[in-house]
Amino acid sequence: MIIGIDTSLGTAVAAIARDGEVLVDEQSANPLGHAEVIGDLLRRATAAAPAPAHVAIGMGPGPFTGLRVGIAAARVYALGRGVPIVPVPSHDGVALGVLLGDALTHADTGRFAVVTDARRREFAFSVYEGLDDDGLPVRLADAALSPRDDLDARLADLEAVRVDATRVSAAMIALAAARAVDAGRTLAGAEPLYLRSPDVVAAHAPKRVS
Amino acid sequence: MNAPLVLGIETSCDETGIGIVRGRQLLSNTIASSMDEHARYGGVVPEVAARAHLEALQPSIDTALAEAGVTLADLDAVAVTSGPGLAGALMVGVGAAKGLAVALDKPLYAVNHLVGHIAADILDADAGELEYPTVALLVSGGHTSLLLVRDLTSDVELLGETMDDAAGEAFDKVARLLKLPYPGGPEIDRAAADGDPTAIRFPRGLSRASDMASHRYDFSFSGLKTAVARWVEQHEAAGQPVPVADVAASFREAVVDVLVTKALDACARHGVPRLLLGGGVIANKRLRDVALERAAAAGVAVRIPPLRLCTDNGAMIAALAAELISSGRRPSTLAFGADSTLPVTEIQVAEDADAEPPTPATVADAAAPGGAP
Ligand SMILES: [Zn+2]
Repeated sequence: MIIGIDTSLGTAVAAIARDGEVLVDEQSANPLGHAEVIGDLLRRATAAAPAPAHVAIGMGPGPFTGLRVGIAAARVYALGRGVPIVPVPSHDGVALGVLLGDALTHADTGRFAVVTDARRREFAFSVYEGLDDDGLPVRLADAALSPRDDLDARLADLEAVRVDATRVSAAMIALAAARAVDAGRTLAGAEPLYLRSPDVVAAHAPKRVS
Repeated sequence: MNAPLVLGIETSCDETGIGIVRGRQLLSNTIASSMDEHARYGGVVPEVAARAHLEALQPSIDTALAEAGVTLADLDAVAVTSGPGLAGALMVGVGAAKGLAVALDKPLYAVNHLVGHIAADILDADAGELEYPTVALLVSGGHTSLLLVRDLTSDVELLGETMDDAAGEAFDKVARLLKLPYPGGPEIDRAAADGDPTAIRFPRGLSRASDMASHRYDFSFSGLKTAVARWVEQHEAAGQPVPVADVAASFREAVVDVLVTKALDACARHGVPRLLLGGGVIANKRLRDVALERAAAAGVAVRIPPLRLCTDNGAMIAALAAELISSGRRPSTLAFGADSTLPVTEIQVAEDADAEPPTPATVADAAAPGGAP
């Protein structure tokens, strides 16, 4: 069993069986309030999967403050359980959902970009095309930022269909993690996909007061 | 079972604190600070602090467990700072604490950071019992508060607090004015060593007779900072060298004077001959010396926890939770968040009316060795 946690868009917690069966798939649509809901969602997932073998974490991109709540909870939860974490780019979870949906409906999205709001008049996007032999989305371009007004032109250049995501399924994060573990692959580094350095103003000379 | 074994998580500002206590016994006080990362910005940058907390959490927990010689499975409860503090920084600790409590299926206590500073005192094995009521003066880069503590777990009253900058912030800002590095406290101290504290009479904020009605125990340091800036500018404009030592000593004296005067005034007006000092600025030796000297003259006994327990830390959070457990308080629900302006009267957040109170055995054993209330 795998517990999945993603707080890159709202708060999502899931538990899946090793064969991919979804046991719990919980969402809080509230884009804020991650810290308030993560504990109860995690407790429900734990009730369904009392002995998880892994904890899958959506590493973003996403608004930093909320994103960190899920990563902090997931890392320390895994520490408490004594099980390893499996970092997953949050866009991979969205892409896997799109591709599995295609398989069910015999649709073919072709090359596409998962697009999420990155605030500051920017979008975050990652480009995908199809599933590989391990059942994982083929990521043609890692997550990057684009000014909102430029995105459509960039995606046209990449010949990628735009798929706007407003939620990330923790079950898909967990499923991507399960497939990565099976294949012995690593999908993301251990650090959050911030994509931006901390937005800060360096120390400036003191303002005059007289 | 012995006194409750509690792990405390503190992330309200720029220190990631993991503490482990058994009742009133300190087992580990592990602190990872991101202070160096803030130095080039001249002050704490919230996003930098929050990122550093996330990185430091897990290694700090591992270090604390190793130092305490316990495992996570041994813990009786988890404690965390819910507020006050920087919202994004607090949320890292809240998320982590909930993850740990759910993973271990152990009770979680969400507590007040400021009251935690008072609880630091009970971990000082050499200090003897904390007597009530006591006035507490908490001074750091994030807060400047004067409290009346009638009981650590149930009755803490806010007498006053800063209306603008915290005292530690004032030290940082004046250090920058004097072209000294961050953090300002130790730098101002060093510069003041050869200075004359009476050289310049800087203003004492909110200390006029007209302030006494509504701001008797409140503080204000922004006017002081502006006065220092103006004094320095006028000197520079006149082409005179700035006597940094005298400015630093006179500024520090103004801060220390107003802190100690208001704290002892609170002791006198409430008939409380006890003053507890806490917060990182207590590291300032001049503040400690003046407080001890003037308190002695006023017949007030001063308590100062060891400095490692005065700065922000997780041990004080664990200690407060251990006291709550020993006094029979139920754990918090999992539904609380970070509250950056949590009032000091809320010692514990989101106490769960439906939860089991700690087992009688726990309370009885906890009360025995440490002499719980
Ligand atoms: Zn503090």
